[in-house]
Amino acid sequence: MGDTGTPLLSLTGIDKVFGRDIVALSNFSLDVREGDFISLLGPSGCGKSTCLRLIAGLMQPTSGKMRWSSPEASEGLGVVFQEPTLMPWATVEDNVFLPLRLMGKSKSSVLDDIYSSLAMVGLEGFEGAYPRALSGGMKMRVSIARAMVTKPKLILMDEPFAALDEITRFKLNNDLLTMQAQLGCTVIFVTHSVFESVFLSNRVVVMAARPGRVIEELAVNAPYPRDEVFRTSADYAAHCRAASEALKAAMGDVPH
Amino acid sequence: MTQTTLDEVSAQATTPDTMKAHADTVDAEEFARARKQRLDKIGTWAMPVIVVVLTVFAWDQIVRINEIPHYILPGPGRVFETLINDWSVLFNAWTITMAITIMALLVAVLGGAGLAILFTQSRLTEMALYPYAVILQVTPIVSIAPLIFIYVESKLVGLLICAWLVAFFPVLSNTTLGLNSADHNLRDLFSIYKASRWQRLRYLQLPSALPYFLGGLRIAGGLALIGAVVSEYVAGTGGIGSGLAFTILEAGYRLNIPRMFAALFLIAVTGVVIYAILSVISHLLLRKWHESAIKREQ
Ligand SMILES: Nc1ncnc2c1ncn2[C@@H]1O[C@H](COP(=O)(O)OP(=O)(O)O)[C@@H](O)[C@H]1O
Ligand SMILES: [Mg+2]
Repeated sequence: MGDTGTPLLSLTGIDKVFGRDIVALSNFSLDVREGDFISLLGPSGCGKSTCLRLIAGLMQPTSGKMRWSSPEASEGLGVVFQEPTLMPWATVEDNVFLPLRLMGKSKSSVLDDIYSSLAMVGLEGFEGAYPRALSGGMKMRVSIARAMVTKPKLILMDEPFAALDEITRFKLNNDLLTMQAQLGCTVIFVTHSVFESVFLSNRVVVMAARPGRVIEELAVNAPYPRDEVFRTSADYAAHCRAASEALKAAMGDVPH
Repeated sequence: MTQTTLDEVSAQATTPDTMKAHADTVDAEEFARARKQRLDKIGTWAMPVIVVVLTVFAWDQIVRINEIPHYILPGPGRVFETLINDWSVLFNAWTITMAITIMALLVAVLGGAGLAILFTQSRLTEMALYPYAVILQVTPIVSIAPLIFIYVESKLVGLLICAWLVAFFPVLSNTTLGLNSADHNLRDLFSIYKASRWQRLRYLQLPSALPYFLGGLRIAGGLALIGAVVSEYVAGTGGIGSGLAFTILEAGYRLNIPRMFAALFLIAVTGVVIYAILSVISHLLLRKWHESAIKREQ
């Protein structure tokens, strides 16, 4: 896909400065196409979260242009944070219902959507559970179900699996690709794991800090669906090496 | 997608072999833990009862052995007798104090929570009114009360105002804190989905504030009673519609020490009961989800 998809969102020459001189993003450009799975890969402080917050409309760029292909494209995008960010007072079902509730829908009219979203993340039977009864991985699944329940065109994920153990993370990586294929949505995924970014994405954007900027964009042209076979392939290893080199260059720029 | 979650996989990771090797020690530990839990459970009820019984017994013995006259220190039996013999007097006074306490608490809850909600909706109102709330809080009620009784005709209303003044601040400050304590990521999420002010209040801020509000409520319950009693001491003169504080004052003038003790006992029991009721309400509202109401397994 990559180069051929229809454009969804384009960021051109974006700068974001906090206070007087904290340059979180400098001349950041990115063209997002429909169906892309883009990873933003870089050390902490390189402006990955800032980039997502700009796209989510939670803040405005200091300068630069952000253009959506259509007004609807920007509506109701899905977001997944590093923490599951569930409402502890609400059941799993009500947590997933939240985006639809805020859009003014009644629960009875969207019950099917809620259940199918929960089924997609493998949480049937947990509708009535409270978040505290769930493990970290399951909470993250609820968070993903909530992001997907509105069937958004674009989902933003900010290091969603960083706090999980590796086995859980692998499993969720696999499932995430399956869900993306089912929904046909576009994903922008922030991570600082080279392996995760290569496994998931068709495009890996490597970023550097101080000021936050794009160092290199790598294409990962391996076909989807990807599975454990891909994870052990030479192709995968080669891509990981390339991404690591780029990341090393990004980190080497500045003394740490 | 397979339906086994990772968590199940990790649960199976402990093989039967390793489990067997530790079986003995685990058993011993488990046993010790169960024993400790049982002791804890008995202790929560037994300890207070034992302490109270011992105290009353010691009190009784001290009075008996030293032959202390009842107009100086009555024994527990005498206080209990007075409680029964003077019941109609005491009960009438108790009803008045209770009525003031409950009404003051109700108004404090409505006023405190309402004002807190108003504050979060309008920064300007908060900036304008918060100083007054603080000033009222830090000024001792006994020093405001005489003024209130000058300006307010009805003694009952005066007492109510005093009790309310004491009780409402914890509700206000706790609820304000709670309304502002919603998780910042959740707040962002509400912004992304373009939640209205009302939706944000209803689905995010109020639930976040509930545990804080209930904490404030528990404090306010005790304070409302204290406010009702203390301001009656200030109000002084009795007549119809006097509460337990006046009963104590009057009994003091007449050196009716047993009645003083009986009234004091009623106030203390009332305070405990109010606290217990509010604790139960709080537990019922939070037990499904809040850490404070959930018993962790060791
Ligand atoms: N709201 C903010 N105010 C001031 N500085 C900020 C703010 N948000 C982020 N920054 C700064 O911008 C830089 C990029 O931050 P961030 O986008 O969170 O990086 P990343 O997610 O890649 O770790 C950091 O130096 C951070 O301190
Ligand atoms: Mg970040």
